Amino acid sequence: MTELLSYGFMQNALMAAVLVSLASGIIGTLVVLKRMVFISGGVAHTAYGGVGLAFYLGVNPIFGAVAFSLTASFLMGYVQRKTRQRQDTLIGVMWAIGMAIGIIFADLTPGYKADLMSYLFGSILAVTNTDLLLMLAVDILVISLVALFYKELQATAFDETFARVRNLPVDLLYVILVAMIGLSVVMLMRVVGLIMIIALLTVPAAIGAMYLKNMKHIMWLATGLSLIFTVGGLLISYYFNLSSGATIILVSGAFYLGALALHRFCQRCPE
Amino acid sequence: MTEIKSATQVEIKNLFGGYDNETVLEDINLTIHENDFIGLIGPNGGGKTTLLKIILGLLPYKKGSVLVMGHPPQKGRQHIGYVPQFAIFDSDFPISVFDVVKMGRLSGKRVFQRLTNEDDAIVEEKLAWMDMLDFKNRGIRELSGGQRQRVYIARALATEPELLLLDEPTVSVDFETRTKIYELLHDINRQGVTILMVSHDLNVISSYVKTIGCLNRNLHYHGKKEITEEMLKSGYNCPVELIAHGLPHRVLAEHQEGR
Ligand SMILES: Nc1ncnc2c1ncn2[C@@H]1O[C@H](COP(=O)(O)OP(=O)(O)OP(=O)(O)O)[C@@H](O)[C@H]1O
Ligand SMILES: [Mg+2]
Repeated sequence: MTELLSYGFMQNALMAAVLVSLASGIIGTLVVLKRMVFISGGVAHTAYGGVGLAFYLGVNPIFGAVAFSLTASFLMGYVQRKTRQRQDTLIGVMWAIGMAIGIIFADLTPGYKADLMSYLFGSILAVTNTDLLLMLAVDILVISLVALFYKELQATAFDETFARVRNLPVDLLYVILVAMIGLSVVMLMRVVGLIMIIALLTVPAAIGAMYLKNMKHIMWLATGLSLIFTVGGLLISYYFNLSSGATIILVSGAFYLGALALHRFCQRCPE
Repeated sequence: MTEIKSATQVEIKNLFGGYDNETVLEDINLTIHENDFIGLIGPNGGGKTTLLKIILGLLPYKKGSVLVMGHPPQKGRQHIGYVPQFAIFDSDFPISVFDVVKMGRLSGKRVFQRLTNEDDAIVEEKLAWMDMLDFKNRGIRELSGGQRQRVYIARALATEPELLLLDEPTVSVDFETRTKIYELLHDINRQGVTILMVSHDLNVISSYVKTIGCLNRNLHYHGKKEITEEMLKSGYNCPVELIAHGLPHRVLAEHQEGR
């Protein structure tokens, strides 16, 4: 174990686990409570278009991912709020188009493409110092915004109509939330890959929401669970030489099923 | 009945409103005076909820004018406490009763402010009024429908409103609590809060409210308490059958049959 910690890549991976867990715990809670899971999945997949484009242009894929992810989250957020019908269809179509753009640009890019795969399936062991700094920046932004608007975010998540009557900045908060989702998605993409983001974003919060009734507590529990999942998955992947993205998700999945079963058995579990 | 002239809280003139492909409200004129207690009846789909939404600035209207406390609805609504018709929102949401009522203490003007002990005290007071103080740490999802309804009324009261809009506040509330809630609204009204309440409960309407209106596309409101023949039988199609259901002996009879 101490030997393990002496590796630079392992130190980075553990730091990434902490940073990513903060974002997935906090934003994941809002995503789950506001029922924005589908949008988040759409945003993650659309971001792949940006990754492909960035590869083609020869710039850092993170920038492409951020640009596409933010654009997608605003577009999908707009669709979810403003159109009455077929929201899921529209979001689903955008989701696929983003993905397709990424694949086409990957085809057009000559040479070695293994790196592209890491965006699909994640590679927490390949996290660089630059990645860590970006993650830290996103965390600071997310934590400050959520702390600043906590009571309003909770109110709009629970009952938007009432929040509107109270003249809370409902639309502004929605834009802020959607932007935070976009940024968090890019961050999680480095760790579990865009295909599996939804699980890491939603499982910890969903378990929290099952047992707790205070949004702040759910956020903390989700952060803790997320940390357990990422570190647990990371260790399993290291010792058994498996893909870390997949092991992280399987650990989350196992916990989720366990929590569901437990919840069914004791409907009135104490806090 | 001689009306005491008092300040106007809501002034609606020649209002036409509704949804994209349907005009629900036609030529509505309504003045809500301070300290009135209006009971609003009307058939399902008559537009009662739609009218409340327009007063609350939640739904744009097509023609006419609406002033709330002398301002456009979106500004004036901060003085309104609102109890929606049913909990349209997520009933599985993890939040405590206390935190739900505390939402009533939020407002656009206090976004960057912390809530204080005084806010907590107000929340507890309203919960006590609704007999829900013992439940303050419960999750809202662990309550029955009627208990939830009481929490939403407490939330509306926590805004310390000048005008209270209630959309069928007692639908799923038991008889005893219902009477209690009406008594309480009566008290609140006496303390100076204006009330507009949608209800199908004609009984109550006649024993607690000061004036009655009937809405079915058109509003029939004379600032009086009587349900006029005209209201019931004219083209307004206001619900005669509701009166039958609302009659006390009828209710009693049903209860006895049930035993
Ligand atoms: N969101 C909506 N979009 C389109 N039409 C709507 C919408 N909400 C209500 N309507 C229509 O507007 C009409 C009035 O509805 P409203 O909810 O105001 O009735 P109501 O008087 O409150 O009825 P109830 O007693 O059933 O609550 C109905 O014909 C309804 O179909
Ligand atoms: Mg209604």
